[in-house]
Amino acid sequence: MPKITIDDRPIEVASGTTIIQAADTLGLFIPHYCYHPGLPVAGSCRMCLVEVEKAPKLQIACYTFVTDVMVVRTTTPQVATARAAILEFLLANHPLDCPVCDQAGECKLQEFYMQFGRYDSTLLEDKTKKHKQLPVGPHIMLDSERCILCSRCTRFVDDITHTHELGIFNRGVHSELLPVDGAAVDNAYSGCLADVCPVGALTDRDFRFKVRVWYLDKTDSVCHGCARGCNIEIHTNRRRNHHNDGKLIARYKPRFNAQVNGYWMCDAGRYSYKQIESPDRFLQPRVRGADGRVQVCDWSTALAAVDESVTRAIAAHGVSSAAVIATPDLSNEELWAVRRLCRDGMKIPTVACRCPADPRGVEDNLLRKADTFPNSFGAQRILEATTESELTVASVLQAAASGRIRLLFVLGGGLTERVDPAHLQQALAQVDLVVAIQSHHSILTDLATMALPASTYAETEGTITNFTGQVQRYWPAIPPLEESKPLLDILAQLANRWELPFTPREPELCFAELAGQVEYFAGLSYRVLGWEGVNPSQRTTSKSTA
Amino acid sequence: MLKLVTKNVGIENSHTLSVARSHGAYSRLEAAFAMTPEALTAEVIKSNLRGLGGAGFPAGRKWSFLPKDSPKPRYLVVNGDEGEPGTCKDKIIMIHDPHLLIEGIIITCWAIQSHKAFIYIRGEYDLPVEHVEQAIVEAKAAGILGETVMGHDFALDIVVHRGAGAYICGEETALLESLEGKRGWPRLKPPFPAVEGYMRCPTVVNNVETLSYVPYVVEMGAQPFADLGSERNGGLRMYSISGRVNRPGVYELPMGTPLREMIYDHAQGVTGGRALKAVIPGGSSAPILTPDEIDVPMDFDSLAKRGTMLGSAGVIVFDETVSMVEALKVIIRFYAHESCGQCTPCREGTAWLEKIVERILDLGGRPGDVDNMLRISRNIMGNTICPFGDGAALPVVSCVTKFRPEFEAWVRRGQPVTTLPVREAHIGEPVAAV
Repeated sequence: MPKITIDDRPIEVASGTTIIQAADTLGLFIPHYCYHPGLPVAGSCRMCLVEVEKAPKLQIACYTFVTDVMVVRTTTPQVATARAAILEFLLANHPLDCPVCDQAGECKLQEFYMQFGRYDSTLLEDKTKKHKQLPVGPHIMLDSERCILCSRCTRFVDDITHTHELGIFNRGVHSELLPVDGAAVDNAYSGCLADVCPVGALTDRDFRFKVRVWYLDKTDSVCHGCARGCNIEIHTNRRRNHHNDGKLIARYKPRFNAQVNGYWMCDAGRYSYKQIESPDRFLQPRVRGADGRVQVCDWSTALAAVDESVTRAIAAHGVSSAAVIATPDLSNEELWAVRRLCRDGMKIPTVACRCPADPRGVEDNLLRKADTFPNSFGAQRILEATTESELTVASVLQAAASGRIRLLFVLGGGLTERVDPAHLQQALAQVDLVVAIQSHHSILTDLATMALPASTYAETEGTITNFTGQVQRYWPAIPPLEESKPLLDILAQLANRWELPFTPREPELCFAELAGQVEYFAGLSYRVLGWEGVNPSQRTTSKSTA
Repeated sequence: MLKLVTKNVGIENSHTLSVARSHGAYSRLEAAFAMTPEALTAEVIKSNLRGLGGAGFPAGRKWSFLPKDSPKPRYLVVNGDEGEPGTCKDKIIMIHDPHLLIEGIIITCWAIQSHKAFIYIRGEYDLPVEHVEQAIVEAKAAGILGETVMGHDFALDIVVHRGAGAYICGEETALLESLEGKRGWPRLKPPFPAVEGYMRCPTVVNNVETLSYVPYVVEMGAQPFADLGSERNGGLRMYSISGRVNRPGVYELPMGTPLREMIYDHAQGVTGGRALKAVIPGGSSAPILTPDEIDVPMDFDSLAKRGTMLGSAGVIVFDETVSMVEALKVIIRFYAHESCGQCTPCREGTAWLEKIVERILDLGGRPGDVDNMLRISRNIMGNTICPFGDGAALPVVSCVTKFRPEFEAWVRRGQPVTTLPVREAHIGEPVAAV
C-alpha cells in the first residue's frame, strides 16, 4: 500500500486511491466542484488543484492517484493562487444574484469564495447571457447563468439514472446545460439533481423561495416511502413561522449511507414530507356515540371509551373473536408494543401484518422497492416469530366480512391504499367495535367506532428494518402535531388501564426489551445502531463464513 | 532541392492510383512487409521521425508504447483535423498524394499490428476527403487494402471520418471522443491512447504528415533519413509560411532550416520590402518571436530552447505595419471561439481575454489591463485538462510581453482625451507613429 504525506501528515492508503480520497480519510478538505464521490470523475472544474512534489505543474486531486512516497501539499501559495484563480474564472460570468438565489447559504461558490477566494474583482466586461428560470422538469428549475458546467448533473442522468435528459450544448463560454432535445427531466430521481448541483443552477421547484436555508434545522431520519429505507435529513423551519407556508417541515434531503441508499433518494420519498403536515392528517380523537354519531373528544374520554367498550366486547364474545391488523408502517418498537399488549397481554390470537401488495409500488434497480411499507422485514420478525402460519390481512378482513370478528384493532397506515375500499367498508360493517389508531384520515377513521390520532415517524423516535434487514434509527424532527400521540404512548396508557404487561414509552427502552426477546434484534441497542444502522443478517452470515 | 511528401504535387491526377503508382506509390510495401513489426518500429525510432501534428513526440516510440499483451484489437487513428491557424500542410498531402498517406498507414499498421485505421479529416476539407475516399476505393479494388494487403496475410481496412469543424478535435483524445460519436471533449490522461484509445482499445494517433514520411523511412533507411534533418529531428517537414511575405506557401524543407532562411530565401522576404516585426514559428499557439530572434533552426528542440515551439510549423510573418494588438485580437478571438468549454480556466479565461483586447481596441482600455491579461493567461497555463489552455495563453503572454509598449499605447488612447481617433484609420498603421 502506498505511503504518502499530505501537508506533512503521513497516511497509508490502498493503491488506486486518489489524493482527494486520501485527504478525506485524513479529514483534510480539498475544495472541489465537479468531483462527487457518487459519480464518475470529470476533472473539469480544476478547483482541487494541489501541489505534488516532483510534478511539473499542479495536479487535480480528484484524478491523481497516489503512488508510494508521494508528497502532496494543499496549502502552498501556488495552490492558493490557483484556487482563487479558478474561483475568479467561475464567477467571471456568474450573475452574482445571491440575494435572490435560492441556493444562497448552501452554495459552494459562496462558501469557497469566502474560504479560498477573497480577491478583488478586476472584471470590467459584460457577462455572457444564458437561459434564466427554465423549468426542465416537474421538480427542477434551471438557471443556466448560475451554472458552472461541472457536469455533475449530466453524469448523474448518464451514469446513475441512465435517462440522459441533460446535456451540455455549445462551446467555450457559451457552453450551456440544457435538456437534450427538449426532454423533460422527469426521471424518478430528478430531485437529486438539486442536491448534486453545487451552485444555484438546478434548484428544487418544490422548495424554491419557501424558506432561507440558514433558518433550517436538520434531523436525521429514515424515509418511510418504501422498503429501502433511504437515510434522510428532515429539514425543519422552526425559526421563521411566517416562511415555508407556515409549515414546519421544509424538505427532505438524502443522507449518505453506503449500505442503503448511497447519496441518493427517489422523488416519491423526497416529496413524501408533504404527508406529514397534510390536511389529511387525523389529529383529534373521535368516538362514535350510541346514536351512531361521531364526536370529537379529548384523550381521556376517548381512552375511557376504548377501555370500556373493548373490555365489554371481550367479556361478551371472548378474545377469539378479536383481531388486530398492525401494518408494517409501524416501527419495530411500535410493533413490539402491539405484540406485548395485544398478543401477550390481551391474548388476542389473530395479529396480522401481511397486507396485499401496493398497486402504486414501483421497483427499479437503483433504489425504489415495490413494497411501499418501510418495515415489512421487521414486522414479520416481530409479529410472526411466535406463530406458525402466516396470517394475512386479507384473511382477517374475510373473517370480518363473514361476521366472525366482533372486535378489530387497526394500527398503522397504508391499509386503505391496498384494500379495495368497498371490500373494506363491507368487512368493517360486520364488526361491532372497530378501534383505529391512525395518523391520517381515511375511510378507516370514518368507519371506526373509535379513532385515535397517532403521530408519524417525523414526530417520534424509533427504528425500522429495511428489506435487506438493516435496522435503522430515526429521530423526531418535530413535536407531535395537535392532539396526536406516539403510538407507544397510546398503547402504554391502554396497557395501564387494563393492568397488562407494561411496555416502556421510551423508544430506546422499548427497543432494548425487543432486542432481549426477538432473536433477530439480539445484541442491538440504540447505541449500537448509531447513525447508519446495523444489519444483523449480514453480521451472522459474515460470522458463519469466518 | 530534395522533396519527399510533396514530390508529386503538381503532377496531373497525382491522386489517382495509376499516376501515383507510376511515381512510386506502394513501392515500399514489400520492403516493409519483409521486416518484422518490431524491426520496423525500431527503424522508425532510429530515423528520428517526430510527430508532425505539433507535439513532436518521436513517432516510433509512440508505437512502442502499445501494450504487448492486450487481448483487445489495436487501432491506428490518423489525425487529419488540421486546424492550427497558419497551418495548411496535411491537406496538400491528402489532395495531391493520398496514396502516399495510405501507404504510410499500411506500413504503420503492419508495425503496430493493427487491422483497422481511421482517417479523421477536418470537416471543412471537402477536396481532401474526396481524394482520400477515392484513393481508398481504388486501393481496395486493386487489392492494396482489404483482407490480404498486396497478397500478404495481413488484413487492413481504412475508414474516413469527417469532423464537424471543431479545432479541439485535433487534440488526440478529443478526436477519439468525436470519432466515437461523442462530444469532442479532451479526456483526462492517463490513460493515454496507446493504452486506452478508440473504444478503450490500444490506439496510435498520428498526424497525416508523420505517416506520409514513414514510406520514405523504409525506402531510404533510418540513418539516411535522420541525416536529412538536425539532431534528434529526422528528415524533412512541411512548413506553411503565410502572412506578409512575398511568396507564401507550403515548403518542404529539412528539419532545422533556419527561420531567417525560410522567410528571406524561400518565401522571398517581407512584402513590399518592409521591415519584419514578428514571426509566429509554429502555428498560432506558439509564442511569438521578434526579428532579433529569427536566427534559429526550425526544429522541435531548438525552438523549445528559445521558449517557443515548432508545433505544426505554421510560420506566420508580421511586417512593421501590423498592429500587434489587432493581431492578438484575431488570435485570442479564435481561441475563445474554439475553447471546448469543458474545464474552467480555458473556458472562462479565453473569453475574458478576448473581451479585454476588444475593449482596448474599442478605446476602452484601463490602467492595469495589460497586467491583468498577463495574470489571466498565467492562471490558465498549466491548469487545464489539455494543451489548448497553454496554446491560448502562451501567444498572449509572449505578444503582450514583447510588444508591451504597443499595448500600453492603445490603453492610453482609451483614456479620456479631447478628440478620439477613428479606429479604422489606425488598423495596420505602425503604432509608433501614433
